[in-house]
Amino acid sequence: MKYVDEFRNAELARAVSAEISGLVDPDRHYKIMEVCGGHTHTIYRHGIKDLLPDQVELIHGPGCPVCVLPMGRVDEGIAIAERPEVIFTCFGDMMRVPGSRVNLLEVKAEGADIRMVYSPLDALRIARENPDREVVFYAIGFETTAPSTALTLQRARKEGIENFSVFCNHVTIVPPVRALLDSPDLRLDAFIGPGHVSTVVGCRPYEFMPADYGKPCVVAGFEPLDLMQSILMLMRQLDEGRCEVENQYGRAVLWEGNLKALEAMAEVFELRPYFEWRGLGFIAQSALKLSADYADLDAELRYSTPGVRVADPKACQCGEVLKGVLKPPECKVFGTACTPERPLGALMVSSEGACAAYYNFGRKSFEKVEIGSR
Amino acid sequence: MSHGAGGKATHKLIEGLLLPALDNPALAPLDDAATLPFGDSRIALTTDSYVVRPLVFPGGSIGELAVNGTVNDLAVSGATPLALSAALIVEEGLQTEILAHEIEAMARSAEKAGVSVATGDTKVVERGKGDGLYVITTGVGLADQELNLSSAAVRPGDKILCSGTLGDHGAAILIARGDLELEAEVLSDTRSLTPLTQALKDTAGAGLRFMRDPTRGGVGTVLNELARDSGYGVLLWEEKLPIRDVVHGACEILGIDPLYVANEGKLLAVIAPEIADAALEVLRNTEGGEDAQIIGEVREEPARMVVMHTQFGGTRMIDMLVGDPLPRIC
Repeated sequence: MKYVDEFRNAELARAVSAEISGLVDPDRHYKIMEVCGGHTHTIYRHGIKDLLPDQVELIHGPGCPVCVLPMGRVDEGIAIAERPEVIFTCFGDMMRVPGSRVNLLEVKAEGADIRMVYSPLDALRIARENPDREVVFYAIGFETTAPSTALTLQRARKEGIENFSVFCNHVTIVPPVRALLDSPDLRLDAFIGPGHVSTVVGCRPYEFMPADYGKPCVVAGFEPLDLMQSILMLMRQLDEGRCEVENQYGRAVLWEGNLKALEAMAEVFELRPYFEWRGLGFIAQSALKLSADYADLDAELRYSTPGVRVADPKACQCGEVLKGVLKPPECKVFGTACTPERPLGALMVSSEGACAAYYNFGRKSFEKVEIGSR
Repeated sequence: MSHGAGGKATHKLIEGLLLPALDNPALAPLDDAATLPFGDSRIALTTDSYVVRPLVFPGGSIGELAVNGTVNDLAVSGATPLALSAALIVEEGLQTEILAHEIEAMARSAEKAGVSVATGDTKVVERGKGDGLYVITTGVGLADQELNLSSAAVRPGDKILCSGTLGDHGAAILIARGDLELEAEVLSDTRSLTPLTQALKDTAGAGLRFMRDPTRGGVGTVLNELARDSGYGVLLWEEKLPIRDVVHGACEILGIDPLYVANEGKLLAVIAPEIADAALEVLRNTEGGEDAQIIGEVREEPARMVVMHTQFGGTRMIDMLVGDPLPRIC
């Protein structure tokens, strides 16, 4: 398939793999964090670890918006979804995220009107088509999806659609990364920057990583060759003693970002003073809420959600996994009390979460299996 | 709801509730069709209910599915399908033309598959108590006593054959539901597999070890069941998987893995290595098997697991699906 196969070329992959191996100092262990859950998914789906030397270890970061959502926010969404007048709309992978009692799939099976959408604009269309119902969009995501929520709200305002509101759970990427970098038990050498987020925010926001913490960062695309090339670029920086932000995903990411999208976000959203992250706790100025101008379309206000806090399960070690201190299978409950069917911790929830990806694609080490082609 | 998606939850429902209560020797193997002694021969028996939205989709409709699906459960158990029963549950308000269209579709598919619809039943339920039309078909066939098709017959080195492109039916349904605003020419692959299973029986004889039609849950689920039940590993080669560009594209956009997408006219067969190439050739020369491929093989290790050698040069595990496949956000 065009624009896909080119980026999955096995021959090129082997060449890049050899070049990475050539740069490895055999006595050193490299820990590279891919911030974004989409990258985690690619790494497992294509078996990228098999193409990296043993000394290079990939640590899966906090960039899965579904995983980092605290349970209390899920419960509040479910409470809105259960109201008889409401058509509740959300992205597909929200459906299985566990609240403290049930998940959205279960609530839907019990009869709540919950519809999976691909874009917030679909939710707005549903509102237009059902003027006697209240349509709520459960917004999640980093800066990747926030602009589409912003544009939808602008359109709702322009068209005067009043039976539509947004339960906003948008989060921002820089604060959790900074929180990780501030953590005393952090052991990372470099970062693979989140490609989709960067199409919106650009590369500039990552400059603090080399400047304040001495960690190189390469913004990467989502095909397997994109990731291999980004790892090579990081290894070159480490080898040459450089430390800077580089852009591998030039075909989609501008250094300054997408100014129009940022403008729309600035109009519709404002920063929350703090927000809870599953596995990471409270982080200051790390999430968005609707600005005062859009308060009438804010589901939190329309339904006066109480802001309940539900503590993460005690046995859960997601925080340690997120910081790269533990690998997924080293967690006490991995694969036993915590599985994709009954996730306990954040990282087992979505297929982009580090633990779920590890469980689904990489649970067993296959190095010993001879895998030659037919 | 995930208990109906064909993955882990479905297994739990069957093995936790149904099997203990109804336990008997014909049910216990949990094959697509049960076989029962009848004089000197053996009868194959299977039943399935069809709940589909929308009722008509590109490339087929519920009537065709209800005939082909049940015929195929008989065919992949090695039996020769003889006759079907059909029960229709009609929701009050369903248009007569739609019902007529589906009856017509059933008649046409039955004729094509060489079976008769020998008995039937209709019930009407109140408006709002059904999705227009549910169809339940039961099929009877004559089992082939020469064949020993089971996961226990599978040996390391055996090849895994797939009769054609993967995911067409599931992708056609997803697109036809219209929630995704995707427009693409994908047709469901619903068809009777009898010509293909007959061709394999004739060619491979005792070298034919195992057959399944990878419907709900897709190829990934069937191969996981095979790995679990046989105790061996299954290795797939990603570059050998026959997947149409348009299905591949739709799956990429939706973040769904075609290995778990439903098929309604595809056959997975495990064949002894010495006869595999000949069997592939025969499949490719049979209607409905033109795109057949050898997609993998059975290995000693890793036991009870399915792994795939990716096109990119790595390996990954193909696990049992949990619930319905859900699209990813980014």
